[in-house]
Amino acid sequence: MTARMDKRFADLAAEGRPALVTYFMGGDPDFETSLAIMKALPSAGSDIIELGMPFSDPMADGPAIQLAGQRALKGGQTLAKTLEIARRFRADDKDTPIVMMGYYNPIYIYGVERFLDDALEAGIDGLIVVDLPPEMDDELCIPALKKDINFIRLATPTTDDKRLPKVLENTSGFVYYVSMNGITGSALPDPTVVGGAVQRIKGHTKLPVCVGFGVKTAEHARAIGASADGVVVGTAIVNQVASSLTEDGKSTGATVPGVETLVRGLAAGVRSAKLVAAE
Amino acid sequence: MNETPNLNSFKTGPDEDGRFGIFGGRFVAETLMPLILDLQDEWNKAKTDPEFQAELKHLGAHYIGRPSPLYFAERLTEHLGGAKIYFKREELNHTGSHKINNCIGQILLAKRMGKTRIIAETGAGQHGVASATVAARFGLPCVVYMGATDVERQAPNVFRMKLLGAEVKPVTAGSGTLKDAMNEALRDWVTNVDDTYYLIGTAAGPHPYPEMVRDFQAVIGTEARAQMLEAEGRLPDLVVAAVGGGSNAIGIFHPFLDDETVKIVGVEAGGKGLEGDEHCASITAGSPGVLHGNRTYLLQDGDGQIKEGHSISAGLDYPGIGPEHSWLADIGRVEYVPIMDHEALEAFQTLTRLEGIIPALEPSHAIAEVIKRAPKMGKDEIILMNLSGRGDKDIFTVGKLLGMGL
Repeated sequence: MTARMDKRFADLAAEGRPALVTYFMGGDPDFETSLAIMKALPSAGSDIIELGMPFSDPMADGPAIQLAGQRALKGGQTLAKTLEIARRFRADDKDTPIVMMGYYNPIYIYGVERFLDDALEAGIDGLIVVDLPPEMDDELCIPALKKDINFIRLATPTTDDKRLPKVLENTSGFVYYVSMNGITGSALPDPTVVGGAVQRIKGHTKLPVCVGFGVKTAEHARAIGASADGVVVGTAIVNQVASSLTEDGKSTGATVPGVETLVRGLAAGVRSAKLVAAE
Repeated sequence: MNETPNLNSFKTGPDEDGRFGIFGGRFVAETLMPLILDLQDEWNKAKTDPEFQAELKHLGAHYIGRPSPLYFAERLTEHLGGAKIYFKREELNHTGSHKINNCIGQILLAKRMGKTRIIAETGAGQHGVASATVAARFGLPCVVYMGATDVERQAPNVFRMKLLGAEVKPVTAGSGTLKDAMNEALRDWVTNVDDTYYLIGTAAGPHPYPEMVRDFQAVIGTEARAQMLEAEGRLPDLVVAAVGGGSNAIGIFHPFLDDETVKIVGVEAGGKGLEGDEHCASITAGSPGVLHGNRTYLLQDGDGQIKEGHSISAGLDYPGIGPEHSWLADIGRVEYVPIMDHEALEAFQTLTRLEGIIPALEPSHAIAEVIKRAPKMGKDEIILMNLSGRGDKDIFTVGKLLGMGL
């Protein structure tokens, strides 16, 4: 549903601060724990949630997210169960936009039409599918847009001005700017350079631009948030989950509270970004 | 393709989006899209550039040793008592397999594009060795990603790559085999987009790789077709090749696709049997899915998670296959059949004893299929098989399986 996403960004614009977008892996380390993590995110300060769909071969992700996916799959997670996490979350929370993020093959095997129907029914607002560039829009992007589900595209430093219009053409919800050429979990690039890139993209679109890849701390969130409409944090959260687990990968009493504490800090970071921007 | 479109031809694919029917395509992260489009432009120019073609031909003749011989396997033919068996001797190429044909072509492209660093993935190590070889020849640094499991079982090739100056990076992520090595190479590429050329070893991956690798390998079939006409005055009745990713197979198949009288068979790794998970028969026992930039037949579970394959041969140990093979299977032009580990091992020994040629375990699968079919064919019929690599690298594996100390 695109309305929920648009309303969230409109409210944040009125508040004058960037969005905190938090990514976690569905089913990591098990179904119930990851559902508890998702439920804890909004009150900790997350504005938009990215729900990771585990995949055996995540080519654009670093070791942290890859391991999280492996833990989830080992725990029996499937795409149907990831949709179920969203459905249960949505029963209590009608406002927080949910974006499902992952790779195409599990969706393709589930069946595109069936997936879109089930996603809509589960209260999903958008999709990020890493291995579907604009050249492959007929696969999922166009069918998703027809059902009023946002298709959020990644723009990268290699997406030059010539290519940007093609990337933005069927993008909706927001634009996810990947701050560097690389995989998730890399080091944070220079916020000034990132700010310039965000401005470049904004020259081509009215959509909000959120920045991800490399944001790990409240300070990062503040620095990047000063020049963007949103800040995406993924690897730091996934690492927080990993560090709380027992040696054989089971959740502990520290798993959910650990994520809450981290997200609270990040939320303070984006809330202070407004001040930086004003300086 | 520069040929006149011909609706009755099997050789017109892929279309401009890289599709062979529903297979192929460009399923990659946005970071890589501009690179892949650049590569496609450069490849389109190189295809029709006489200078590029001349350099390719020159290196083919003087560095690889082309044309490779077409050899009549007299004793094997006699032993089987049926069709005449010919081998296309790709194992006599420099570095010992067909892999070098593609590597020479791609490194010339990398140079044209001004790239200064080469990365590659490898399973058995044959493509890694070929990549390290051309990188040394052209003075470029080379990083080869190889599953940690494969690094252990293919130690001689790891040593060769190191001697050639390449850096071999063992991949422990995932299950530490070829597919994980490919994931890791893609991660490297996405991180080092400016200076790095990804030298993919098989006719798979995002467009234009399947087409490009096929065209570099098609020299095998083009030569063999002409050699066969010269030796026998006619085309073969059957063409056979082993299929992992499928580059040696598409290389020998492609020039014969429009020859109606030529039956074509691709041999997949049946491993320990198709009932369980211990095989690599993507077409025979898999289903269409999307991995590593293309849609093709894959070994996967009901949730779309990719499974691990198994084969006695590390070179066939990949859970996917080139997209053109998937298409050729679906339209029925090529038949794909599995050969089990033990059949390949037997064929390996048969060929070694009868012809004095130690084949790699990959083409041993094709030999096993030839051994099955030749006796049922007439003595006036002809089989052409791609002997894609030599078996020196496999002697330790085979020794262990036969209980022979080395």
